[in-house]
Amino acid sequence: MKFILALTLCILASASNAVVDGHKYPFDNNVDKERFEVLAEELRCPKCQNQNLADSNAPVASDLRDKVYELMIEGQSDDEIVGYLVDRYGDFVRYNPPVQKNTFFLWFAPGVMVFIAFIMIISLTRGKKKDVTLSEEEQKKLAKLQAARKQNDSHLQKDRTDSSVETSEKHDS
Amino acid sequence: MNRLMLFIPLAIFAVMAAFLGGGIGREDKDVLPSPLIDKPFPQFILQQVEAEKQLTQTDLQGKPMLVNVWATWCPTCKAEHQFLNTLAAQGVRIIGINYKDDDEEAKVWLRDYGNPYEFNISDPKGKLGLELGVYGAPETFFVDGDGIIRAKHVGDLNQRIWDKYKGVFDKMKTHVEGE
Repeated sequence: MKFILALTLCILASASNAVVDGHKYPFDNNVDKERFEVLAEELRCPKCQNQNLADSNAPVASDLRDKVYELMIEGQSDDEIVGYLVDRYGDFVRYNPPVQKNTFFLWFAPGVMVFIAFIMIISLTRGKKKDVTLSEEEQKKLAKLQAARKQNDSHLQKDRTDSSVETSEKHDS
Repeated sequence: MNRLMLFIPLAIFAVMAAFLGGGIGREDKDVLPSPLIDKPFPQFILQQVEAEKQLTQTDLQGKPMLVNVWATWCPTCKAEHQFLNTLAAQGVRIIGINYKDDDEEAKVWLRDYGNPYEFNISDPKGKLGLELGVYGAPETFFVDGDGIIRAKHVGDLNQRIWDKYKGVFDKMKTHVEGE
């Protein structure tokens, strides 16, 4: 328990310790500060590629952070800032890629997979669990058949006893 | 019917394996596709490294050229420098962008290793580099006579790479001559 607590604290501490530190990028309000942090997390460092701008120490990431800050101070919107970087570095810098022709598979394949799985589960379980309820007519028919079978069985039994009698008779002679 | 349904996951797996397997290795993850291809070279006003002269994008016109982004702190740039010298000797027009570097150190470098560049644009803050989507020197842009970027190579230039791009470069030439 203590270990988990310590671990959580470490993670929280490192998260707030990301390269986006307040003294280098001062904002006069919290809304802009938060916008900047979100942008830095959504934009990908083109050099390191598995890190976002907030986490990366690469020089190019630092340049891009400066640029994002500069554009924000100029009063550009988030979309304009992302657009500015995409125009220069390509869609690669976005961790949140747009829905377009070449990302269709990326966006919709998981949904399609889940849909197919769902259909399969339904069709497979339906085949197994058929709820059998008989109509009145069918029940009568069933009763009739069962009665007939019973009669048939007793007949057979009788036959068997008869034949055994026969064989015993044969023995005697 | 249900029997056949059981094979659907296998079929999906096969399709995905083929699709994703094809993607592995095909794309070099270190080379990002540049959105600047077939776009005009970005505007800039910067100093020349070798002289007290202001340069702009209009200086990147006329004969087709290579625009090579380099720096003295970049080991790969040193590796490709001799090949650039060779290309320049063959008459290929090469323009340098001295990226996030010191002008004086750049001058020493050019004196020591030879100067394949027609001129060098000084970009100490990496501003032009950012406009060009540069993320690691050396990078080389293929710019035609109208100042349109036609191709980009990330990493060092060598004979093998040059053979690959020569077609593009020669085409840029004829395109300009035709006009």
